[in-house]
Amino acid sequence: MVNREAADRGRAWLIRALSILVLLLVWEGAGRLAASPLAPPASTVLAVMAHETESGALPHHVGITLARVAASFLLAMGAGTALGLAMGWWRTVDLWLDSALLLLLNLPALVLIVLLYVWFGLTEAAAITAVALNKLPTTAVTVREGVRALDAELLEMGRVFRYGRAATLRHIVLPQLLPYLFAATRSGLALIWKIVLVVELLGRSDGVGFQIQVYFQLFDVAHILAYALAFILIVQVIEWAALQPLERRAARWRAS
Amino acid sequence: MGGPAAAGAPGGAVEGVVTRLIVDIREKRLAGRPVLGSLAFSLDEGEVTAVVGPSGCGKSTLLRLVAGLDRGVAGTVRWSGEGARPVPNLGVVFQQPRLLPWRTVRQNLALAGADRVEGERLLERLGLAAQADVWASQLSLGMARRLALARALAVDAQALLLDEPFASLDEGNQRLARAVLAEQLLRRPVPTLLITHDLAEAVALAHRVLVLSPGPARLLFDQAVPPGVRTDPALATATVAALRDLAR
Repeated sequence: MVNREAADRGRAWLIRALSILVLLLVWEGAGRLAASPLAPPASTVLAVMAHETESGALPHHVGITLARVAASFLLAMGAGTALGLAMGWWRTVDLWLDSALLLLLNLPALVLIVLLYVWFGLTEAAAITAVALNKLPTTAVTVREGVRALDAELLEMGRVFRYGRAATLRHIVLPQLLPYLFAATRSGLALIWKIVLVVELLGRSDGVGFQIQVYFQLFDVAHILAYALAFILIVQVIEWAALQPLERRAARWRAS
Repeated sequence: MGGPAAAGAPGGAVEGVVTRLIVDIREKRLAGRPVLGSLAFSLDEGEVTAVVGPSGCGKSTLLRLVAGLDRGVAGTVRWSGEGARPVPNLGVVFQQPRLLPWRTVRQNLALAGADRVEGERLLERLGLAAQADVWASQLSLGMARRLALARALAVDAQALLLDEPFASLDEGNQRLARAVLAEQLLRRPVPTLLITHDLAEAVALAHRVLVLSPGPARLLFDQAVPPGVRTDPALATATVAALRDLAR
């Protein structure tokens, strides 16, 4: 039983690794066939990545972007979760805020960024707020759905046995919301780092987005791809090293 | 513990104050449809009252009203004697086990406020000691029901509300669970409302049996059970000794 499971997992990893290898090979082949600096092969991009890492430029800019991603992510998740909880719990709050949420949800990211830069200047605070505001409504909507799906019978059980507010939240509500929070986190991470690049491109003088703008002006596709790839790798590492283990831990009780 | 000053103390049973339930319902509607008709009875200290009626007659609605989970009713449902709280500390067995599947058996007891020693003892008595550290999600339905009973009995309850507590247990476990309940009521006699559709079970365990009509439920009979009554020997063997003591 355990052996078979382990073998199955090993096989899944092998296929994943092979698929990445195939992707790299196809890229390499296509790049060589094109033989143009506008479509560099994988080896060239990897070489640029290595060089930029050595010079310290890549770690510097990636680090700054990562910090911005973290700040806006925490802001959006914190405020979005609180808002979603309140809207799911109290119908009046939901009615008051629903239209505003819908507006924010449909406002193009670019418009929000430009407006905040115009109103508050090309500042760090404006940049991070703009990104957070882009993510906040989807978090709120997801958490609201989670609250609406809460098991009323368990909440009643908590009332009868006098759990109190804190214990109800921690032991009855939170475990039921975790799948929704993980979904919000996952989609949030993917969304936020893309918007951070736009924010950096428009109004910051460092970060991956800024670097991409610089190399866009030079038509240096190898550098653009090197920076993008570095960030994709980091987001993937966060997924593997943090998100997936956390999710497995949270779902331990489901295992048969 | 202390003198008269303790009368207003929050939580826990207050000594010398008798917990009593008075129900005088004229009508209860859900979504415009009547689910309970005229229904009056009281639940007195140390007394087990069984409510018997056909499925869907509104027994569980009655339990929700008594537990304070639903308040919209024409008439009164009132607890008295326990101090300031509108509803006393209750040990409730719901129709579904209502456990936290993401917590262990032990944690399910502890979170509900169960006394630790009492909880361990009840797990042992109900044959769940080996499962104490298992996720509640991994229990069979029968085990989950026994845990729900253990939870209701292990908290410091001033009254017990039990909605079909022995349903979906196999015969051996049913007998065991009944004996544990009877034993617990001997140790800590608190007013108990036992909802069941099984008249024999009601007679075997209760001091009084209320029989309800098909929904919307009205009270058909309110009958005291004479001490030592034994309607169905197979059902009552494990509990009858305890019941004799209780009725004394």
